[in-house]
Amino acid sequence: MTGLLGTFSEAWGEVRVHKARVLLSLVGVFLAVLAMTTVTALGQIAAQVQQEQAEASGGRTATIGVSAYDPMTGNVPRQEWDAGVEALVTRYGLPEQAVATLAQESGLYRFPGGTQSVETRRVSPSYGPLHRIQPVEGRWFRAGDRQSLSPALVVNQDFLTLLGVTDLSTRPTVVIGGSQPVLATIVGVVAWNEGWPSTYRIDSSAGDAVTAAGGPGFGASPTLELWVPSEQADAVVAAVQTDLARLLPGAEVQAYRQDPENLEDTIAKLRLAVRAAGLVVLALGGLGVLNIGLVTVRQRIREIGVRRSFGATSARVFSAVVLESVVATALAGLAAVAMSVAIVRNLPLERWLAGGVPLVDAPGFPVSAAIEGLVAATAVGALAGLVPALIAVRVKVIDAIRF
Amino acid sequence: MSLLELSGIGRDVRLPDGSLLPVLAGVDLSVAAGEHVSIVGRSGSGKSTLLNVLGLLDSPTAGSYLLDGQPTDSLGGRRRSRLRGETFGFVFQQFNLLPRRTAEENVAAPLLYARGRDFLTRNRAARTMLDRVGLGARALSVPEKLSGGEQQRVAIARALVRGPRVVLADEPTGALDVETGAAVMALLTEVTAENGAALVTITHDLSVAALAGRRFRLDAGRLTPVAAGDALAAATSDRTDA
Ligand SMILES: Nc1ncnc2c1ncn2[C@@H]1O[C@H](COP(=O)(O)OP(=O)(O)OP(=O)(O)O)[C@@H](O)[C@H]1O
Ligand SMILES: [Mg+2]
Repeated sequence: MTGLLGTFSEAWGEVRVHKARVLLSLVGVFLAVLAMTTVTALGQIAAQVQQEQAEASGGRTATIGVSAYDPMTGNVPRQEWDAGVEALVTRYGLPEQAVATLAQESGLYRFPGGTQSVETRRVSPSYGPLHRIQPVEGRWFRAGDRQSLSPALVVNQDFLTLLGVTDLSTRPTVVIGGSQPVLATIVGVVAWNEGWPSTYRIDSSAGDAVTAAGGPGFGASPTLELWVPSEQADAVVAAVQTDLARLLPGAEVQAYRQDPENLEDTIAKLRLAVRAAGLVVLALGGLGVLNIGLVTVRQRIREIGVRRSFGATSARVFSAVVLESVVATALAGLAAVAMSVAIVRNLPLERWLAGGVPLVDAPGFPVSAAIEGLVAATAVGALAGLVPALIAVRVKVIDAIRF
Repeated sequence: MSLLELSGIGRDVRLPDGSLLPVLAGVDLSVAAGEHVSIVGRSGSGKSTLLNVLGLLDSPTAGSYLLDGQPTDSLGGRRRSRLRGETFGFVFQQFNLLPRRTAEENVAAPLLYARGRDFLTRNRAARTMLDRVGLGARALSVPEKLSGGEQQRVAIARALVRGPRVVLADEPTGALDVETGAAVMALLTEVTAENGAALVTITHDLSVAALAGRRFRLDAGRLTPVAAGDALAAATSDRTDA
């Protein structure tokens, strides 16, 4: 126990006495760990953001989009489409949260400043989780919203601004015009900053039967989205295509994978590249520590001899030299990680990575990058301390203290 | 039973051309607890080699060395280091203080390798020892700021702080002027005697050697006792040799 304490006090004493030298050698490690940790953290954040954005538009891995149209009449009748989808879902036993629908339309909304046409995405409640949509205020759609007479909306900031409100505390509503106007309720706000108003609307609500369903403003039949395991994607595409074509005679059925298929690959490659660069930088920093360690161990040969005369065992001499190096680089690593956190926190990441769109999960500093930085610094210290330690152990005491 | 018992000790070193040079040959020496022994000899006669053998820093190539009646040649490296730290205190000609560490840290340094209580109370022990060599006021000075005589007094405090049974001093006054040397030697003799430790001094200086109870002369690797009256003879022969 006191042996361990002794080794520590000895190493600490060395670091303290050789402050200037230690600091000098640590500049390299500090910079290397700083660079590596920052780059790794940024890489991970960028990957996360890229994935988030890709999934927001294309859906999670793997999302299959299915749509149909009638080459003669344009649209497949809504009832037929719904029945076809129903049959498909039942046949494959797809869970509710793995099936989403999306229909694009434009709705006429009555804002205080006048009626305006707004791009509207009519979606099922399952669409939100599938695209990782997280409202910054309020909530996403629930299945229960379909029972409400007033259709639920999740709008973007510009929509809210046009409405003349700043948040949902006043429970804002908006009238959707047309042949049969309906009062819609805004239940959530998303952060999209498209520069113009847009909104999600629940796919159906209790009042719909008489208003919009199948009506002229409804546009094409919705796109169906199926969220399936990556490895089954191709099989599902083929099966859906044939099955749905049989269920909808005369219609042209398209099934395709719509999530960015290569994203996982790309991100993995990006991470690998970042790691390789970090390791190279770190190795250079380690060489700096090793170099100075070698120089000092030569200067300290006499001192090591004197310590041997005090009864220091070779194991003790060895661990003291290694520990000295480790204590120093670990401290440098700690400082570098702290610095890296400060840098990454203060970078305008949203502007760089997401084109100004606020990130859904404002990504924190990746803990793994911080731990990796500390471990790397310690490991470099141990490795760089190894050679001087071996030299120190091989010192012949009688030669060391000879004058 | 003697504390240290050397019989027929030889030490050969291999020279770069492959031949063997006998530095020590057939050395017999026994040192009892608390005894003061001095060894004189001209440069290159093997004095330091003998002291290194005594202090377990070097191993003889012939003969037997018993410490407390136990043979030392069968000791493993680890046991040997421990035994060295527990048994011996060293005083070197060039002081060999740890640079840039305060006097107190230097004196406490041997206790870094002790265990338990000795380790934990090392700084207090160092202060006490510094007081005893009259340097309590310089405890926080680094060696670079101390005179040669003061440095050697710090070294004496350091050699004694762990309560060794034998102090081995290799020309402790060699780097000091005559008066300072005499004062340092007086201190070394006094403090080791107070501690009950044996003292083996290697020296060129016959007045230093004369302080010892038993005196030896080392010549070309052979150790011979010097009779009390032979001090002058030894001195003259030493001069002519050198
Ligand atoms: N490892 C070694 N390799 C080669 N020669 C050695 C070695 N160790 C000692 N010697 C030789 O052995 C002889 C005695 O050396 P030692 O250091 O014991 O002398 P000394 O009596 O202490 O001399 P001084 O008074 O100058 O310190 C010298 O000639 C030295 O060159
Ligand atoms: Mg010598």
